[in-house]
Amino acid sequence: MENSVQKELKVSALENGTVIDHIPSTRLFTAIKILKLEKVSNPVYFGTNMNSQKYGSKGIIKISDRFFGREEINKIALVAPTATLIEIKDYKVVSKYTVETPSEVQSFVKCFNPKCITNHQAVPTKFKVFTDDKGFLKLRCHYCEKTTTQENMVFQ
Amino acid sequence: MKNRSLISINDFSKKEYLKILDIAEEFEENPRQKILENHVIATLFFEPSTRTRLSFESAISQLGGKIIGFTDASSSSVSKGETLMDTIKTVANYSDLIVMRHPLDGSARWASEVAGIPIINAGDGANQHPTQCLLDMYSIRKTQGTLENIHIAFVGDLKYGRTVHSLVIALTQFNATFHLVSPEELKLPSVIKKYIKDSGLKYHQYTELESIMDKVDILYMTRIQRERFADPMEYERVKNSYILKNKMLENSKSNMRVLHPLPRVNEIEEAVDQNTKAYYFQQARNGVYVRQALLASILGLK
Repeated sequence: MENSVQKELKVSALENGTVIDHIPSTRLFTAIKILKLEKVSNPVYFGTNMNSQKYGSKGIIKISDRFFGREEINKIALVAPTATLIEIKDYKVVSKYTVETPSEVQSFVKCFNPKCITNHQAVPTKFKVFTDDKGFLKLRCHYCEKTTTQENMVFQ
Repeated sequence: MKNRSLISINDFSKKEYLKILDIAEEFEENPRQKILENHVIATLFFEPSTRTRLSFESAISQLGGKIIGFTDASSSSVSKGETLMDTIKTVANYSDLIVMRHPLDGSARWASEVAGIPIINAGDGANQHPTQCLLDMYSIRKTQGTLENIHIAFVGDLKYGRTVHSLVIALTQFNATFHLVSPEELKLPSVIKKYIKDSGLKYHQYTELESIMDKVDILYMTRIQRERFADPMEYERVKNSYILKNKMLENSKSNMRVLHPLPRVNEIEEAVDQNTKAYYFQQARNGVYVRQALLASILGLK
């Protein structure tokens, strides 16, 4: 009983829209910022520090009447590579997939290097995404060639 | 290479570097050819760098090219608040190629994307200075007869030394063995060491200069700057241990040569200048030939 109630709260409440599930709890607000959800007028629901069988703890976002392009949604892979996306139409799940880490990101992350040209003039940022030896995601600036690590990522 | 920009040492392949070095050799034999007579080259120095600028201007002048430009930002429209993009787009109308030096990292890459004409990066902040790297490679090949399989020691500030980083990366393509001599706080950054490891090559780290003297073909000296040390006592402690003296060269290999990107402060005693193993002033001269080779290749004249 408890399980089905919880499930309903998480997923089925949307008539049309997108559910983003399995966001690491600590990254929920960053994900909201990256997707610029604080600026939309659609109803947005979110929860965090929820129990997850797979990850222990997770965050979830539900947005009514809003669907995302792959490129747009893949931006959150930088902070939430485990996130899954569920698209709902007419109360039914019409598609479900995991975000993919893009190989290049443009214009929405700030370069961590204070001396980078992108932090001084109107130059859109551009990075190559790579994984280091320990499996951590990192960004290499196309301009200054310096590396921005995940914990130093600031989103514009 | 025709019409391409040179921004980072990673932009060109091994084959392309070697081609440039071959052309530089031709210029060393005959540096005064009037092949740039119909060309205008802009040298835009947004921060002063007398040595690099004079080397480029000598290279251009000896080839008969015309030079326009400025020697520091205060004498240009930058001081009125013009953006880099606007300066570059404007100067691109007046010249065939732009040589630029700028205090911000990544500025040269950005310039190359908006200029519409080739850019040669003469230093962008702490990031890249590829012509220095090419002249270092030229000097190594010239003195050792090859770039392959050399043992090279880098001495001094390996943490902040941009020339050191670029040369290490370039030499990973030539099966070099690296001997890294520095104080603890100025060791080569791990991101650069990763290039060595990823190429399957070896590096050894030392804190004593004398420990490598009989092992290497090239001794690449750099300046240690006081301002790099958080603790001034630490600077006082190490500053004298990285000064090269004639006596230290006694046990070095006969083919060994001493390089230094210059300017030198006190890290090589002046008496060493007379030693046949001192090569740093010829190294600076080689910079002119390498820059001539680059200009000629990019403008499609060689």
